Formats: sequence, C-alpha cells, structure tokens
Amino acid sequence: MIDTPLLSVRGVSRHYGAHIGCSDVSFDLYPGEVMGIVGESGSGKSTLLNCMSGHLAPDAGEVVFDTRADGPRDTVTMSEPERRMLSRTEWAFVHQHARDGLRMGVSAGGNVGERLMAVGARNYGDIRDKATDWLGRVEISESRIDDRPGTFSGGMQQRLQIARNLVTGPRLVFMDEPTGGLDVSVQARLLDLVRGLVRDMGLSAIIVTHDLAVVRLLADRLMVMKSGHVVEQGLTDRVLDDPQHGYTQLLVSSVLQV
Amino acid sequence: MTDQAYNFAYLDEQTKRMIRRAILKGLAIPGYQVPFASREMPMPYGWGTGGVQVSAAVLCPDDCFKVIDQGADDTTNAVSIRSFFERTAGIKTTTSTKAATVIQTRHRVPEMPLSEGQILVYQVPIPEPLRFLEPRESETRKMHSLEEYGLMHVKLYEDIARHGHIATSYAYPVKVEGRYVMDPSPIPKFDNPKLSDSAAIQLFGAGREQRIYALPPYSRVVSLDFEDHPFEASKADHSCGLCAAEDSYLDEVIVDDVGGRMFVCSDTDFCEARRAAGHKGKDAA
Amino acid sequence: MIELRDVSKTFTLHNQGGAVIEVLAGVNLSVKAGECVALTGSSGAGKSTLMRMIYGNYMAQAGAISIGEIDLVKAEPREIIRIRREVLGYVSQFLRVVPRVPALEVVAEPLRSVGVEAAVAEARAQELLRQLNIPKSLWSLSPTTFSGGEQQRVNIARGFSHPYPAMLLDEPTASLDAANREVVLTLIEEAKARGAAIVGIFHDEAARTRVCDREIDVTGFSPACVT
Repeated sequence: MIDTPLLSVRGVSRHYGAHIGCSDVSFDLYPGEVMGIVGESGSGKSTLLNCMSGHLAPDAGEVVFDTRADGPRDTVTMSEPERRMLSRTEWAFVHQHARDGLRMGVSAGGNVGERLMAVGARNYGDIRDKATDWLGRVEISESRIDDRPGTFSGGMQQRLQIARNLVTGPRLVFMDEPTGGLDVSVQARLLDLVRGLVRDMGLSAIIVTHDLAVVRLLADRLMVMKSGHVVEQGLTDRVLDDPQHGYTQLLVSSVLQV
Repeated sequence: MTDQAYNFAYLDEQTKRMIRRAILKGLAIPGYQVPFASREMPMPYGWGTGGVQVSAAVLCPDDCFKVIDQGADDTTNAVSIRSFFERTAGIKTTTSTKAATVIQTRHRVPEMPLSEGQILVYQVPIPEPLRFLEPRESETRKMHSLEEYGLMHVKLYEDIARHGHIATSYAYPVKVEGRYVMDPSPIPKFDNPKLSDSAAIQLFGAGREQRIYALPPYSRVVSLDFEDHPFEASKADHSCGLCAAEDSYLDEVIVDDVGGRMFVCSDTDFCEARRAAGHKGKDAA
Repeated sequence: MIELRDVSKTFTLHNQGGAVIEVLAGVNLSVKAGECVALTGSSGAGKSTLMRMIYGNYMAQAGAISIGEIDLVKAEPREIIRIRREVLGYVSQFLRVVPRVPALEVVAEPLRSVGVEAAVAEARAQELLRQLNIPKSLWSLSPTTFSGGEQQRVNIARGFSHPYPAMLLDEPTASLDAANREVVLTLIEEAKARGAAIVGIFHDEAARTRVCDREIDVTGFSPACVT
C-alpha cells in the first residue's frame, strides 16, 4: 500500500463567531481514493470542503497536500500564489452550480482552454485540440465548441465544468453537490462519467453531497457530519448498511427506498 | 488670455502633488495601475478628465503643449483641451509633434518617433485589461499581483475561435517589461509597437476609474499573441490620398453620397509636414 | 484463508430508545484454501449477517475477522477495498450496477480493476457469459434492463471473472434452471480446485451436498446459546 497520503487533514476547525462551521476534523486521503462527505444543510460539510480547497482559511489545523514538486506541504500556511497555483494545476473544484465554475461569456472551448493558458500554453492549435478532445471525453459534441455555456442544458454545463477542471490533469478533485439540481436521468449519466474519469485518471476525490445514492455509487469511504462534527466515518457500504451512530441511522432510514 | 482666478493649470498645488506621486509610483512600476484621487474637472467623464489631470500635474510654465484626438489637432476635444490649458496655465501650444514637450492624446500615438524629454499623456476610458472577462476588481487586482494572466489569452482565443484571427484591433493588450499586462488605451493595434522602446515618457490617466499608469522611456512592451497566431500591426491597405504616405495609420473618409471614399493620414501634423515637403497623394487638390 | 475469532455482532437502534439487538456471539470459524463451508440455520439465524461481516459490510463489535493477513475489523477502508478487489469476491443475490454500463464491461470490470489488460479481461468475460447462456445480443446492453434470472447470471459471471483466493456466495443457485445451475456448480468446483476458500449460503440442499465440505449451523452462534 502507498503510505504517503495525498491529503492529510489534521484538526481543521472553522468558527463563524460563536457558531461552529466545522470542528476538529482529521483524516487521510490516499491516492485514488474517493471520499464522500454527507450531512444535512448546515452540518459543516461545505465549510470543511472550502477549508480544504483553499477557499476559506481554517481557524486551526493543517491541510497537508502531497505536491508533485515539493512533497507534502501545508496548504493553509503556504503563500497565496502557491495555493492558487495548486488550485489551477493539481486540484480541481467542481461547483454545484455550473455558473459558478464556468465563464458564461466565454465559449466552451475557451472555458476548457483557460487552465491550459493559465499554465502557459501559447499555441492556439494545441489548445483547441486539447479542448476538442476533452469535450469528447465528457460527451459534448465537437460542433458545440464555439458555443457559450448559456446555450447548454444543465447536465452539459456540469460536464463542461468537469472538462474545464480536468484538462490540466489534476490529482485531487473537490466536488460540491455535483449532481444537485439535475434531473435523475442526467444525474446517472454524470455519475457514470465521473466514475469513469476517476478510475481512468486515478483521481482522488472529495465529494460533498446530501444524496446517499451518489456516495454509494462514487465513494470508497464516507464521512458523516452533524453540527460541524464528524459523527461517523468508514467504508461507504459499511456506514450506509450498518450505521453505528444515531444520526447516521436516522439519515439512512430517512431515504426513500427505490 | 490667462485666467488669473485659477491656480496654474487649474488644479491646486496639493492635488498636483498627489497626482505627481501617483505618476512617479507608476513610472517606478511600469504598467502597474496606481489609484489616485481623481478630481471633478470642468468637463464630462469620457472627454479626457484623466489625461487632463495628468497633463495639469506635469505641465511647467515653459512647456509647449499639443493635443490630438484620433490623431487630429483640429477636432472639438483637442481644441477645447488645448484652449483649457491656454486659459488656465497660459502656456504655449502647438500642433507640431516635434515642437511639443507635452502631448495629450486620445486614441493615437503620433507617427513621428518621439524624443527624450517629451511626455505623451494618454486618455484612458477603462484601464483594466482583464475586466472584459473578470468583472470583480478585487479578483483582477489579485490576478495582477500574482501574474495570473491566462485569462488575457482566453480573450484572444475567443477572437480566433470566432473570427479565424485575432480580431481585436484597438486597446490590444500588452505585457510591460515581462511583468504587468496593461491596456494601452484604445489606440489602434497599429500603434502598439510604438509603445515599446520609446524615448519619451508615456503616462496614462483614467479619470472616471481613478487610475494612473506609466511607461518610463525605453520600456519593453510586447503585444500578447499565440505562437501560431502572431501579433500583427495592421492598417488599411492603402496610401494616404493627400500625402501618399505608405506607412502611416489611415482614416477612411466618405466624400460623397454615392460611396466615394478616400484614405487620409489620421495624424494631421504628420500629413501636413509631408505635404509641405512636396509629397502629393492621388486625391490631393 | 478465512478466519473468524470470537466475533460478535449487535445492532444498537439509537432512534428506537437505544434498543440493543444481539445477533451473533462467540463466532469461531476457519476456512482453508480449497475448502467450501456452508452456513446453515433457520431464517433469521444470522447467516446473511455473518456473510456481510466477513465481507466488511457489517461492523463486528468484537473479535477478529482475518482474510489472509488482514483483520477486517481493524483495517482501514482502503485496505478493505484492496482486499475486495484482489482477494475476496462476493456473489450477492442482487446485481447492483451503474446504469448505462454494458453487461460485458460489468463482468470484465473486476479483472480490469486488478490491472488485467482490456482484451484479456474481455475475452474472459465473453467466456463466462457464454458459459452462463447469456445471449450474445445482450452483451452490449446494460443489465439493468435484463430479466431477474439474466441479472443473476451476469452477477455470477462478474463474481467468477477474477480468480479470488477467497469467495462468499449468497444463494448462487437460487432461481436458476437446471442447465445454468450445473454451470454454476462447476464454476464453484473449479474455484475450489484452484484453491479458493469459500463460504456460502445454499438453500439448495443437493447443491450444498455436492460442493460443500462442511456445514456450520449459525444457530449455534446465537447469543442465547452462548450464554
């Protein structure tokens, strides 16, 4: 087994005044692992995700990422330029609302190409070839490459967001409710796509969602949060099929069976 | 002629001092947008309030002042700014590029190479080159400070995707001294090469946006492009109808109601000087 | 290969007044390579619970469940996932797959995930689907659209595609016709012959007699009997 975690979270806490965002969260994520974080609205899962992805500074704790260049580094204390560079190269962030993760005034090809240009690509032909390839991989027709995302359906926008994020070959993907607001049939297609990409690219991922079906399908392991605390974590099917904590039992039993 | 009710060059000394400090800072960090406390000027925004404030801050009593608008000395904007400083500063004015010590310009760089000791003041409507794609000022400032300029190329990418070539023809973004990406003001991209390695001091003032930026003499200014779509300083493929110049930027002028047109130098001083020297275009009377 | 020591299992229902249900206690079980052990006992005795515990799906409250060198009770999720991928196969009664994935890929997937080349994995998947009489016309379709019996056979094919050293079989012959039942029993015999340790639940007595070396009555692990 590989012994260096890709991401090592230690005692991460974030308070909003007297209110607890998330409190003393620790875990290790290894290369290729997909972890789900579930909990109701306000349980702190999004706060935690934002702390890990550098969008929010935690009040306490470390978020150590195993960088390609320099090995494990605490992303909380590293300089902002370094952290932003990581977020363009080794990390990806898929927002719940594609509008937050896309440039709506820029064509699909430009959206995919942006990260390439941000890391120094200066050959139009190459950028366009890569964008075409990635649109294909997320099942968007090449003929739509010059269309703006506003003309796409919700599912296509979400797939475009994924292509835009993965084009620079990141190693860790943060996803915030990636299937929220999509039709069930569109969700299935997106999940299948994400699952394939995670496996083929050997990605690690952290997926925040309140949809237990999503984590059952995508996540190797699961963390359950309530009121800012982690109440239970473990293998996904173990947590869902044999929940130990009262809150998890409630969560699992609240889901309609289909 | 001079209106003694005003301080020299309209602005009070403290304001000019504040603007000079912004200019000096701008010169120290070429291409960096320095915020300054832009004053209300007796003219509307969009008429060159930024350029006028910069000119007011750099003018000395023995300066010789020239104003051009789209290259011409005789347009309303140029005439009124020139008379504004004649009245408030009592300085000499000229239409000759060579004789001028301070030249305020809108949308053009004079054809004649400038020399050491001259100052070129640009009027700037929107100083932020990244705004087209990123409307948040907090974010664009961060992008400048961290040199995250990928977005600038997205703009050019979009151009090529839509038009097959880089269609941006004015306000074409440049990179200064390998560091800051800068909007050169809405000059035609034909003028971009003149920004680089110029002997004159180049100052940029945006009144409404309260920003000043600058190029010290002999700054290296590079127009952004792609390897397979290199920058090209383009102009109308004609010669001047009045002076026959082949290498100057041309305006297209409609001359009658049946589609007749002629191309003439946009730089009136340059054109007149050539005609005085005996050059004659096909449309010259 | 499969080794259980003093394993016990309780369910605590936090939302029903904290009721504690004791299901299994003092489970000791050892299955060697090449051996097939049947779990027996009446319905509700805890056969499925025990199977799920051996797979790491249910948490044991006490004891050790070892698959080879790894104790699943203490193992980290990624270790359990590796064990499931490489060592421990599980044929459940129901097929759970992602929509849109064709049957052939479903069956080849366990091989692909241990790094077997696509062509090799596919060839093995074709062989199994053919053996289990899944019409070739269905191979490229998602099993979600198949009949119950077809899904069951795809599930079995998937379970047998990678030669796991340890296997768990939950009613592998249920609802199969005679011909397919025979195929499955042959697959089990082949697995034993190559040295797989197998734990299974078989209601089909004839099948049990044919492939199983021992029977363990789970009723003996009920807490009432132990205390």
